[in-house]
Amino acid sequence: MFMRIACLALLLIFTARPGAAAQVQVAVAANFTAPMQKIAAAFQHDTGHQAHLAFGASGKFYAQIRNGAPFQMLLSADDETPARLEKDGLGVPGSRFTYAVGRLALWSARPGYVDEKGETLKKGAFNKLALANPKLAPYGAAAVETLTRLGVLGAVQGKFVQGENIAQTYQFVSTGNAELGFVALSQVMKDGKVASGSAWIVPASLHAPIRQDAVILAGGKDNPAAIALAKYLKGDKARAVIKAYGYDL
Amino acid sequence: MFPAEYAADLAAIWLTLKLASVTTLLLIIIGTPIAWWLARTRSGWKGPVGAVVALPIVLPPTVIGFYLLVTMGPNGPVGQLTQALGLGVLPFTFAGLVVASVFYSLPFVVQPIQNAFEALGERPLEAAATLRASPLDSFFSVVLPLAKPGYLTATVLGFAHTVGEFGVVLMIGGNIPGQTRVVSVQIYDHVEALEYVEAHWLSGGMVAFAFLVLLALYTLNPTGRQRR
Repeated sequence: MFMRIACLALLLIFTARPGAAAQVQVAVAANFTAPMQKIAAAFQHDTGHQAHLAFGASGKFYAQIRNGAPFQMLLSADDETPARLEKDGLGVPGSRFTYAVGRLALWSARPGYVDEKGETLKKGAFNKLALANPKLAPYGAAAVETLTRLGVLGAVQGKFVQGENIAQTYQFVSTGNAELGFVALSQVMKDGKVASGSAWIVPASLHAPIRQDAVILAGGKDNPAAIALAKYLKGDKARAVIKAYGYDL
Repeated sequence: MFPAEYAADLAAIWLTLKLASVTTLLLIIIGTPIAWWLARTRSGWKGPVGAVVALPIVLPPTVIGFYLLVTMGPNGPVGQLTQALGLGVLPFTFAGLVVASVFYSLPFVVQPIQNAFEALGERPLEAAATLRASPLDSFFSVVLPLAKPGYLTATVLGFAHTVGEFGVVLMIGGNIPGQTRVVSVQIYDHVEALEYVEAHWLSGGMVAFAFLVLLALYTLNPTGRQRR
């Protein structure tokens, strides 16, 4: 008797799906964590579909997806990874789109430390400058490009401390271990302004645009939630959230 | 000898060996009195101190790394102390990695030595005392030789565990070539950058190293041959 009830209960748990609602497993670039949590909540509210989010580095997601990770969609921190996945036959052809363009900020946890024009950088009166590993992270590459354009790369290179990704770079600066560092504007921006410390919002003209692309993965080809989420990300509601976190569109 | 693109890998290997050697040496010096006290004491503090020593076995390296970053940083208590002493702050330096590794590998050195001390019992010390050996003399000429297998295990495990360190270094290292970019971090970078060939030769090397070290340990020092 008990076994029968237990089996029935299990059957209900594993088969019950309310209405047409579906689920999608999404791999999300670490810098997009905060806006995506908001968007996913609104997405579920508006469509009934559920987006399960995993946050991490795009390079790692690429390796995992190639080795059979059960993601149906990727919101990458760059435009190369989704393109490569499509070439590998792991992304649905034609499903790629730019969901946000990242902006870089030179940020310090200390109020008044970084001036609004970035002169702090040229004076060089600091011991450690944090940035994401330029080899791995688009925000790191953009930081190096900015320094090169400003002509100070040689002067500050010896002061580099590198985070493996932009989240770790933020951690180095927020704990004060590096006086300042290049982070994603989305990490320090809240409701349209820099929430704490001091920052110079790096002009977009100083580096190639940090285009963040999304792609539907082979496993999500016929998943209604994946298709709906792609559409939702292009909609006004999601774009308003994305902009409020300091991304361009 | 090696193609130029492996220069960074070789630098990382050299740095790792240097870090593990310095750490192991310090650990033997620091770990011996701790192990001796833990082995001999009847104090009620034995439990708490033993537990603190063993913490790194249980804690995720990210927890250790995070707290080291915060406490050794300019606003943390250790950071304030090192700044007051004119040493600057420890994260992102080789010295900082040594401090972190000493804490991280502490149980792997203290516990084998402590076991060896405990296995000695009272009798060798009593015998030495009746021969009028001073406590210091009997420690160096009786205890240490008898505890040699324990020291061998401690040295090998302390060294190998430091070589295998990743999470802590990632959190407080800052990936500076020649200073804090150790092999495990270099491998991580290769994998992230999809340089799987380079990742393979370093990773394969680590597997071979770990196997040889443990093989040497188990061959030279089978547990069955330790006294009592």
